[in-house]
Amino acid sequence: MALNKSDVEKIAHLARLEINEADIPLYANNLTNILSFVEQMSAIDTTGVEPMAHPLAASQRLRPDIVTETNQRELFQSIAPQVEAGLYLVPKVIE
Amino acid sequence: MLHNKTIAELSADLHAGEYSSEHLTRAFLARIEQFNPQLNALVTVTAEQALADARVADARLKAGTAGPLTGIPLVQKDIFCTKGVKTSCGSRMLDNFIAPYDATTVTKLKDAGMVMVGKSNMDEFAMGSSNETSFYGPVKNPWDTAAVPGGSSGGSAAAVAARLAPVATGTDTGGSIRQPAALCGITGIKPTYGRVSRYGMIAFASSLDQGGPMARTAEDCALVLGAMAGFDERDSTSVDMPVPDYRATLNDSIQGLKIGLPKEYFGEGLDAQVAQVIEDAIKQYRTLGAEVVEISLPNTQLAVPTYYVVAPAECSSNLSRFDGVRFGYRCENPHDLLDLYKRSRGEGFGPEVKRRIMIGTYALSAGYYDAYYIKAQQLRRLISDDFIQAFKQVDVIMGPTSPTVAFNIGEKVADPVTMYLSDIYTIAVNLAGLPGMSIPAGFVGKRPVGLQLIGNYFAEARLLNVAHKYQQATDWHDRVPEGF
Repeated sequence: MALNKSDVEKIAHLARLEINEADIPLYANNLTNILSFVEQMSAIDTTGVEPMAHPLAASQRLRPDIVTETNQRELFQSIAPQVEAGLYLVPKVIE
Repeated sequence: MLHNKTIAELSADLHAGEYSSEHLTRAFLARIEQFNPQLNALVTVTAEQALADARVADARLKAGTAGPLTGIPLVQKDIFCTKGVKTSCGSRMLDNFIAPYDATTVTKLKDAGMVMVGKSNMDEFAMGSSNETSFYGPVKNPWDTAAVPGGSSGGSAAAVAARLAPVATGTDTGGSIRQPAALCGITGIKPTYGRVSRYGMIAFASSLDQGGPMARTAEDCALVLGAMAGFDERDSTSVDMPVPDYRATLNDSIQGLKIGLPKEYFGEGLDAQVAQVIEDAIKQYRTLGAEVVEISLPNTQLAVPTYYVVAPAECSSNLSRFDGVRFGYRCENPHDLLDLYKRSRGEGFGPEVKRRIMIGTYALSAGYYDAYYIKAQQLRRLISDDFIQAFKQVDVIMGPTSPTVAFNIGEKVADPVTMYLSDIYTIAVNLAGLPGMSIPAGFVGKRPVGLQLIGNYFAEARLLNVAHKYQQATDWHDRVPEGF
């Protein structure tokens, strides 16, 4: 299947990626090639095959519900782009 | 020459007091200073901390509390979080990221007394097979600087090949330890999924990612893997099984070992000269007493297409954490929250990472999920079952690691699908979660060829043994690239 400009724009929006207008044709072409390549998968009948999400047939381990981590807010916020009074700052969301 | 010694040899010298870890560390730091500018293998050099760590190692050696890895210099792939040290993952997104904690692998190797001298260049977020997607520029292959070193652990492979360190860590999601090991003429092992903790190893595709050592010999890999492996409660898919002494079984007999050669690994697409090198290596194994049988892994052709749905799907989810809010790159003057997300990610990620995020987003989106993601997971089952069947007949599977020797820098960048196909023999191993290795087996011209060994689940000790026996009988792993 061939992706067009608006397909790429839609996918980029879903992925929260800004793509330069000038680069869209190249992405459309690359993504179309990759999708045509993976299209080979549809030639194989997989009726009744159980999907494999994980290499080891393991279920998620649970740990006791007790506090194991100490608060390291200052350390973690020391590498944040913008913080104030212990809060991460982003542009205004609610008017 | 110190830099040509293996870890086993260096360790013996350190314990005998022939020289100090500080002396050894200075020797490797000097080589890094001399050769790294032409190779671009390391993106960060931690000289000061390394010398401090070396002096601590020397104190342990004097006090008699040192282990076999104490005082041995090491390069960490820049995907492993290192507390207080920049951890870029080859990306502009993390160019300003100083990790606030150590990955479990980093902690374990520190505890063993290893001395980190620096962090290696890599494809951005481990997405690439040539190291050309790095924000910091491509790494050069020490065997031929016109060639790529492979990827994504290309900086680690080039560093070990050029003797900038005796060992480096790597990670392997679709071949990222084995393919660069092959292309740079070194030894690398990707353990069974779950064997080495993924905690603090920046996630690309969580059901495929696995860390492992890259060194010159199987014996050195055995030593370092022994220190890296083991259960970690901080990794929810870590396997709680004892770690064997991988070194203890290196010399076990391989008389009667059954080697399976998948006919699909020797067909169209395999370079004829690479095929010849691999056939010669198999002959060597026959001489060593192994039996060789042809096997079939019928779904081999589906591995790359399946991988390019599964891995991007997982990556699109994992990389959603890079949003410009809590750490990493943030765009200038965002006018609202959506703009902050989109431009931080659009400017912070390079083209290959963006392609994979978009493929994954598409494959997981409403209306396409069954056709792509579920379908790929079903094929993953079939690919995995092929190996389960094969291991009923054979002990180890062998073939080429890569269909060609290292290609030229720039040769495949314009065509992502062609690049993806360079991992055709390695990818299925990750989908199945099996352990795999690459060992040097010869050359085509100046460029090295790797022999791939694939083992059954948790058969790392057997793989290392089988590799070691070959290295006792051959000297491909001892070759040094000219000029280094």
